[in-house]
Amino acid sequence: MIPAAFEYARAGSADEAVSLLSRYGEDAKLVAGGQSLIPLMRLRLSQPSALIDIGRAGGLDHIRRDNGTLVVGALARHVDIVSSAVVRDSLPLLAQIAYDVGDQQVRNLGSMGGVVAHGDAAGDYNALALMLDAEIVTTRGTHRARDFYRDMFTTALQPDEVVTEVRFPVAAGPHAYIKFRRRLYDWAIAGVAVQRVAEGWRVGYVNVGATARRGVAVERALAGGASAADASQESSRDVEPIADVRGSVEFKRHLCAVLTERALEQAQAGLSGRA
Amino acid sequence: MAVTQMVGARIQRREDPKLVSGHGRYVDDVRLVGMAHMVVVRSPFAHARITSIDTTAARQLRGVIAVLTAGDFRPVISGALPVTNAFVPDKKQVPDQYPIADGEALYQGEPIAVVVAEDRYIAADAAHLVSIEYEPLTAVTDHERAMQPGAALVKGDRPDNIGWDTTFAAGDIDAAFASAEIVVKERITQQRVFPIAMEMRGCVADYTPFEDRLTLWTSTQVPHFVRLFLSGSLGLPESQVRVIAPDVGGAFGSKIRPYPEEYLCAAASKLTGRPVKWNEERSENLLATTHGRGQIFDIEVAARRDGTLLGLRFTQLLDIGAYHGVFSAFQVVACLVAGGCYGWEAISARSIGVFTNRTSTDPYRGAGRPEATHLVERAVDLVAREIGMDPADVRRRNFVHDFPHTNNFGLVYDSGDYDKTLDRALEMVDYAGLRRRQEELRKQGRYLGIGLSTYVEICGLGPSAATAPAAGVALVESSVVRVHPTGAVTVIVGTHAHGQGHDTTFAQIAADALGIPYAQIEVRHGDTADTPFGYGTYGSRSLAVGGMAVLRSCQKVVEKTRQLAAHIFEAAEDDIVVDQGRYYVRGNPADARTIGELAFATYGAGLPPGMEHGLEAVSFFDPPNFVWPFGCHVCVVEVDTATGAVHIERYVAVDDCGNVINPMVVDGQLHGGIAQGIAQALFEEVRYDDESGQLLTGSLLDYFVPTIAELPDYELDRTVTPSPTNELGVKGIGEAGTIASSAAVINAVVDALSPFGIRHVEMPARPDRLWAMIEEARR
Repeated sequence: MIPAAFEYARAGSADEAVSLLSRYGEDAKLVAGGQSLIPLMRLRLSQPSALIDIGRAGGLDHIRRDNGTLVVGALARHVDIVSSAVVRDSLPLLAQIAYDVGDQQVRNLGSMGGVVAHGDAAGDYNALALMLDAEIVTTRGTHRARDFYRDMFTTALQPDEVVTEVRFPVAAGPHAYIKFRRRLYDWAIAGVAVQRVAEGWRVGYVNVGATARRGVAVERALAGGASAADASQESSRDVEPIADVRGSVEFKRHLCAVLTERALEQAQAGLSGRA
Repeated sequence: MAVTQMVGARIQRREDPKLVSGHGRYVDDVRLVGMAHMVVVRSPFAHARITSIDTTAARQLRGVIAVLTAGDFRPVISGALPVTNAFVPDKKQVPDQYPIADGEALYQGEPIAVVVAEDRYIAADAAHLVSIEYEPLTAVTDHERAMQPGAALVKGDRPDNIGWDTTFAAGDIDAAFASAEIVVKERITQQRVFPIAMEMRGCVADYTPFEDRLTLWTSTQVPHFVRLFLSGSLGLPESQVRVIAPDVGGAFGSKIRPYPEEYLCAAASKLTGRPVKWNEERSENLLATTHGRGQIFDIEVAARRDGTLLGLRFTQLLDIGAYHGVFSAFQVVACLVAGGCYGWEAISARSIGVFTNRTSTDPYRGAGRPEATHLVERAVDLVAREIGMDPADVRRRNFVHDFPHTNNFGLVYDSGDYDKTLDRALEMVDYAGLRRRQEELRKQGRYLGIGLSTYVEICGLGPSAATAPAAGVALVESSVVRVHPTGAVTVIVGTHAHGQGHDTTFAQIAADALGIPYAQIEVRHGDTADTPFGYGTYGSRSLAVGGMAVLRSCQKVVEKTRQLAAHIFEAAEDDIVVDQGRYYVRGNPADARTIGELAFATYGAGLPPGMEHGLEAVSFFDPPNFVWPFGCHVCVVEVDTATGAVHIERYVAVDDCGNVINPMVVDGQLHGGIAQGIAQALFEEVRYDDESGQLLTGSLLDYFVPTIAELPDYELDRTVTPSPTNELGVKGIGEAGTIASSAAVINAVVDALSPFGIRHVEMPARPDRLWAMIEEARR
């Protein structure tokens, strides 16, 4: 589990990270908590020529309320999000999701920006960003989440572009997150987040497609007055899972329907989510 | 004088403070001056011809000392590995295995080349620079297909893929089936599993030229075995080879065999003239450390409608892997103990060992007995289901009651009381109440399941009377007990502890036997330079065999001390009373000498004529029989039929391992053992791609070792039925939890799903598997 040789440089700010990324070229990688990148490097599945470590840059770990927006800095750690009173008041679903990320060690190190930039379909926050169409603010400008996640581990980020914060619309209404997994600290086999907003329900899916998925069909059915049970059946239009050692395509599609229904019921009942 | 009795005392393990505070000393903590580092380049293919190896680029990397391939090792390691075929029943085929592939790789992970470099990082980089061309060959990936005539061969020059094919038959099996009122059949699979020790394999080899000595620190269960095997292969007298197993972070059977890397590391030290360290990575551990289980059982049970079991007929198909593991064939023992704690008119079992292009299987906690228990406990439940009788009642009806009991194959169960553990376990779970609750919940669409496993296991390997005729070995154990002049004691044993707590329990035995305070007794093991020959630790043998060797040496010491006391008191030996370390003449306890005082005297003047100086004794213990722990485990689960998720609500275990030296150590062994059985029942499974033979579960991301969050609280109780086999009255407990638990869990899952007409569930009972079965049943 020894990575290939790489150069290492520490960035004191997002701007310095950008210039270091430009200097070291396309094979350089930005690292913050390292919870996704380092394991890939140890397996030599990823062999960056240089690591630009932004983990200790100042001023990027803010969490604040900005009128109708919850602003989460790229270096806010999962553990900060879990324990933030601002998050609990402004978007309690995010706090719940953060608590379900990995284990305590992962939550101590992993960051909001890392999850979003990595663009992993299994990254818990990506489904939430997508379903609420959050704004992903970078050193080059602002992306809407709906345009951000392009394909498997592929986002709209340029090689020298650095995520600085994510802006979620505030939503404190009924919500739930259910992450179905075999072990507490695993990736989701399938995960579903639901959030009631002014316009209706928002639904997002974790790890059942090349990217995070928004439950468009389920949302539409709910808006049309369908019951939770009926609307949940629409989830099969929203997800595109692949078969792996965790289950078949059919099983994962079925799970999405079951979990959607349970999440909607739990949200309506004011309970927090558990499979 | 009141001295606390140590045997039976619930004291904490004395070895733990250093281990849990990071002060253990493992192989990786060994750092020698001039030490180089070895990395093994492994076959990425399950089966391939090696057409060329180019080591030029790797050798040119700065800091690389050597890049070695098969030809380089030939002058140093003589011939094939001394893989014992002792347990291969009919030795139909025992192919030679070499420590490194030469021309053809037979399993993914087989060593192809070895890099030795100044540090681990350079070695890892250089390993990636070794350029190997392969011509992939057909991989034999399924042991059932592999045994068919005309199947692709694991290796081209083998006649077929069969390692052994043996039938064990006792009683008139045809008559048993002819007289049966019901016959149930099932296929029961024991999936391959990884043993997953926390500390992976590793070694440091230090060959000193001119002296022609080899010292090998290695993470093993069997230092003396390793020395025996390595010295032979390297052409060194055993006296020139010292093997040290320091603290070892778990093994579970996977560190019994001497491994190719131990030979390669030793040879690399000799070839480079440097001490060489090797540590496997977790991905190598999963690929190339032996796997457990890997068996398919097709069973048929003949019974009467009143629940009487008559006959058991089955086939064990064992996936050997590319080569025999050193002890893989030991798992044939499943055939001999599959009758469990029940009486049978006849049993007929055929065992077929089949080679595949996979890593070898070898013992994993229980080795053959979990398979046997799972088989017979599933069989009993299938019969109960077929005749509509409570599974507890079917068990009770068929329990063996008279001990010693000779089973169908002539093995003698030493002692037991199977009703007692069953009764106590059912009482603890409130069985009748649970059954009522199960009915209630079913009406609400909730599926509770109750699973029983009443097991008996064979352990304490092994009496030479049994192992010598079967395998030509006498698995005895040894000890040296040395009382120093001030009365401090060193107990030196041939077994090796890697989680079993011997430092504590052996000291407890010696404290009572010698009458010397526990704190003054040190236990040493693991270094062949100062320990007597021992066969190592596995098969729940250390206490019943090794502990007895300790007791015997203590008794010899006491005998000599008594002689000395008689001389000092000018009394007859028969008149000397030995009372918890105090020696006095009968009727005069006030004038006593302690063993410490007498020990001091043995090193001084004034010994009786003919008595040698010093106070120490050596013993080898050859047990007269195996020992047979037993018990009843009850698992209560609820299955979420919408997702297939299994939640363990309760886990009750009532075990009987005879007399208990330390209840806390016994509890700890049970916790870990049950966890590993639950892991097999619900979580763990090695998966390979059917076509390519590639390992699909090559990291702990994809191989689901459960954590404490997924495991239940264990409710433990015990009965005590002493073993008549040894003076301590002890049996074994290291494997019992694993042996009992997979059946309890699966029986519970099947019981939960019985309303769907489901009568058997394969392991692991994954959510997706259960969901698919429920869907199928609903159609």
